[in-house]
Amino acid sequence: MTFTPTPLEAEGAAGGEATGDPASASPPRSGRRLVRTFLNDRVAVACSAYILIVVLMALTAPLLVTLSGHGPLEFDQAAVDSNLGGLPLGWGGGIGADHWFGVEPGNGRDIFARIVYGARVSMTIALLATALTSVLGVVFGLIAGYFGGRVDMVVSRVMEFLMAFPALIFMIAVLSALPAENRQALLVVVISFFGWPYLARIVRGQTMSLKQREFVESAKASGASSAQIIFKEILPNLSSTIIVMTTLAVPGYVGTEAGLSFLGVGVVPPTPSWGQMIASSVPWYAVDPAYFLFPGAFLFLLVLSFTVLGDRIKKIAESGEGRA
Amino acid sequence: MIRFLANRLLGMAVVLFLVCLFTYVIFFVLSPDPAVQICGKNCDPEAIDRIRANLGLDQPFWTQFWTFLSGLFAGRTYGTGANAIECAAPCLGYSFQTSQPVTDMILQRLPVSATVAVGAAVLWLLAGVSAGLVSAVKEGKFADRFITGLTLTGMSVPNYVLALLLQFLLVVTLGWLPFPQAVPFGEDPGRWFLNFLMPWIVLSIGAAAVYTRLTRANVIETLQENYVRTARAKGLSPGLVWRRHALRPALTPIVTIFGMDFAGLLGGALITETVFGLNGVGKLASDSITKNDQPVIMGVTLLAAFLVVVGNMVVDLLYTAIDPRVRVGSAT
Repeated sequence: MTFTPTPLEAEGAAGGEATGDPASASPPRSGRRLVRTFLNDRVAVACSAYILIVVLMALTAPLLVTLSGHGPLEFDQAAVDSNLGGLPLGWGGGIGADHWFGVEPGNGRDIFARIVYGARVSMTIALLATALTSVLGVVFGLIAGYFGGRVDMVVSRVMEFLMAFPALIFMIAVLSALPAENRQALLVVVISFFGWPYLARIVRGQTMSLKQREFVESAKASGASSAQIIFKEILPNLSSTIIVMTTLAVPGYVGTEAGLSFLGVGVVPPTPSWGQMIASSVPWYAVDPAYFLFPGAFLFLLVLSFTVLGDRIKKIAESGEGRA
Repeated sequence: MIRFLANRLLGMAVVLFLVCLFTYVIFFVLSPDPAVQICGKNCDPEAIDRIRANLGLDQPFWTQFWTFLSGLFAGRTYGTGANAIECAAPCLGYSFQTSQPVTDMILQRLPVSATVAVGAAVLWLLAGVSAGLVSAVKEGKFADRFITGLTLTGMSVPNYVLALLLQFLLVVTLGWLPFPQAVPFGEDPGRWFLNFLMPWIVLSIGAAAVYTRLTRANVIETLQENYVRTARAKGLSPGLVWRRHALRPALTPIVTIFGMDFAGLLGGALITETVFGLNGVGKLASDSITKNDQPVIMGVTLLAAFLVVVGNMVVDLLYTAIDPRVRVGSAT
């Protein structure tokens, strides 16, 4: 189920993280060693490479489309067979030198161009949602954990409330009720609104234990303000947790955006998005499988890469940093 | 225990009240005027006013909200005089499109959603827990690595992509399964089973992956506990150590998330039901979205929230029964 909290994230929250492999020879401590451990991991490198390709694709979309010769909104009636209800001409949904990934049945729009532009939408929304969620999660988690008492109670209740919500149905309800203009910004806000408690809960827990440590006491004794203690003393100690949780959150947001677009409440046509492309391929899957295979494969690989990468980073962070 | 229960019930009521308020605000304040929508095109202002008065939309917000809330518990009456319509106890209003009571529409669809949810839950529990156990026993060996790789794949594949792929492979190319069609269980149980097989698989795969990882992590963790070592040292047979000392604490967290996941599914597996064309609550919701049928979307949202909140509470109660440690610290 594509849903805001990724499974791995929920797992981290549920306390199933105790499998840090104690046998891994020497825990990498310095930054350079971390990078080296990472580079030796072929799977992690492959995943990063794929993510990099998608990001580059998104950034250079106009250029790529000029190279391939078809824009994402350009109809090509010559590429489809109007006698067969608009089925693409040629093998594999019209794959060829002209249309690299074939064309959409019906109106003959170039699938390559739509994939490339769809990458833009997916990455922008997922990354912005991740950024917003992280800021909200870290700030509320720090505040709740550091101040405790009534502040903590209010924040915790709000988090419980949001997590008890049927988020997917509610996101759909909100998105369908609100006006369609500027859907992408709305998507980011709605996804983040339901996403931040999962990070905040963990940040809160760690802040509560860090607060008891000597270096915080000494900072307090030397007259540092609450803001100074929170941002200068506690926040740096949370960086590895935040990095791990954030990486684990990205695939969830990619999936959620695609799922919402699939259901017709996400990105509005004609702007292409992968989820929306898959949705429009549903009536055609039996006769033109390439139409759903391309966006499906791109989407699956992107989510998989982020998931595997998050998993690897988590392992490295756990074995390296321990509980310092 | 009674105080704990009362506290939980109160918390549940508060969450449900807030869910109601939240949904109500979004649907009846932010979205376009329902009266205009019901009236359709070529509609004079008087007709709109009449519909407004009938639905009570001319009242102030809190009055409207109160009518809606009391309708949920005691029923309400639409309109006045001769053309008054009675809407019985859990009244969620009437669909803007079909004019059917929303409560009936949801109740009609609930059996299908329940079938989908129960089947998927059985599948993912069996697959997830057993794969997790195998993985934990063979920690670090090939089987473990293979299963771990599989779980990452299972968690990443979006269920609509999997649904389309399965339909294409199993139905179109190989012809192993019939095209999904609604056949009642009484008519042809075999056919019924084959129809639901794909939705069950699609719906359970992601959860099965998560449960595998969770089971694996928990079992490995418990096996390192001191009391397991003690049990081994005092010479208990490995089978007994597993059953009495390792499995029970390892599987407790599974109960927690299972309750919540299952409750979430009962409210409708939106994407799966839509892709397979199953007439469940989820399909009802996604159809209503395209038609902008607000009372129905709202009804489904409330039902889903209700199920999740109740599921949470049942899990909490079960948890205190299974895990004695919680009972002590549950005074909050």
